Amino acid sequence: MGRLVLAEEGTFVPPGAKDFDLPPIFGDVTKPMVLIVLSVIIILAFFLLASRKLSVVPGKFQFLAESVYDFGRNNIAREQIGSKEFKPYVPLILGLFTFTLVNNIFGIIPIIQFPTFSHIGFPLALALLIVFPTYHIVGMRKFGVGKYLKKSVMPAGIPKPVYFLLTPIEIFLKFFMDPITLAIRVFAAMFAGHLILLVFTLGGEFLLIEASAPLKPVSLVAFLMAIAMTFLEALIQVLQAYIFALLSAGYIGSALAAEH
Amino acid sequence: MALSSTVLFLAEDEKAPLPVVPHISEVILGLIAFGILVWVLAKFVTPKFEALYAERTAKIEGGIEKAEQAQVEAEAALQQYKAQLAEARAESARIRDDARAEAEQIKEELRAQAQEESARIVAQGQAQLEAQRAQIVAELRAELGRQAVELASRVVGESLEDEARRRGTVDRFLAELDSVSATVKS
Repeated sequence: MGRLVLAEEGTFVPPGAKDFDLPPIFGDVTKPMVLIVLSVIIILAFFLLASRKLSVVPGKFQFLAESVYDFGRNNIAREQIGSKEFKPYVPLILGLFTFTLVNNIFGIIPIIQFPTFSHIGFPLALALLIVFPTYHIVGMRKFGVGKYLKKSVMPAGIPKPVYFLLTPIEIFLKFFMDPITLAIRVFAAMFAGHLILLVFTLGGEFLLIEASAPLKPVSLVAFLMAIAMTFLEALIQVLQAYIFALLSAGYIGSALAAEH
Repeated sequence: MALSSTVLFLAEDEKAPLPVVPHISEVILGLIAFGILVWVLAKFVTPKFEALYAERTAKIEGGIEKAEQAQVEAEAALQQYKAQLAEARAESARIRDDARAEAEQIKEELRAQAQEESARIVAQGQAQLEAQRAQIVAELRAELGRQAVELASRVVGESLEDEARRRGTVDRFLAELDSVSATVKS
């Protein structure tokens, strides 16, 4: 018994979580691991090449690099953190944005075709171990531990009895839900998106190969859907990268904000 | 068959890891990779871009400042020119007035001089005339004297030569006078 037998009998095996568990390429190294390293190389090569000789009047390549940099710096970091304090966080926010962006886009690049963040380990590492400590630490550093915690879980200007209800909710949100949802949001989007592409591609393939002759043209519909979904995925991948960086910057901004 | 395949799927799904359980190796790798990324960005990329932005801002602000400065300078130059122009106008007016006054003065002087000259000429003429008259009078007087003396000597000579004749002459003269007066009377 096995998939081989089912396939021979013409039963469609729908793609599932198992399709994300890729076999190692060599040793214990898997495809997502290679892609993570590749993404870092791509981003650094891009920025290092662009920043090698920057001129006041930019060339085409510099303009492209500046647009990406500007987006991370001005549209995300400055908007969310505020023009006074955003400067030290530019590398972090820019890193989060480009890192997530490149790894997401991997999902629709031919041959690579795997969104790295559909493995929850990566977004979890960023959200729980980098963004989460960062915004609490910078908040504590600015206001002091006690004052920061009070500011975070007991927002000012609320009638006292409400704190009994509000404070547990704030603690739950600030210290558990925020980082977890930050990771799960991008993970789930990438996971689901990749799964949808798999469904349409594998389904179309199955129809083309296994279906009886009159049904074979239906595979065309599946392939067209796969192409349409690829465009949708491209949008979602960019959007998720933006949201990930935006929310991270937002958390840092609210940790640094004087009043909630 | 359907039942067995469902069972098989379940079995296979159980073999596949739950997607929400992270691989520790991936967490660690992700952390390291991202750490390197942010470190390099912070160390080599951001400073350069920020320096570029600062330079660009400085250039734009410098340009604006320069333009403002140029405008101020132009304004100052314009004011200066206006002042100079006004000054020049005042100067020319003053010169014109001066010239007019001077001309007036010169004219006055000339007139005075001419009058003086004419007075002098008239005076000179009069003096000359006076002198000539005096001279003529003197000459005439001398002539008259001489003539009178000559006449007198002639008269006296005649009388001295001949008493009788003189007497006759006087008589004749008187007679003549008488006749003349008689004729005048008649």
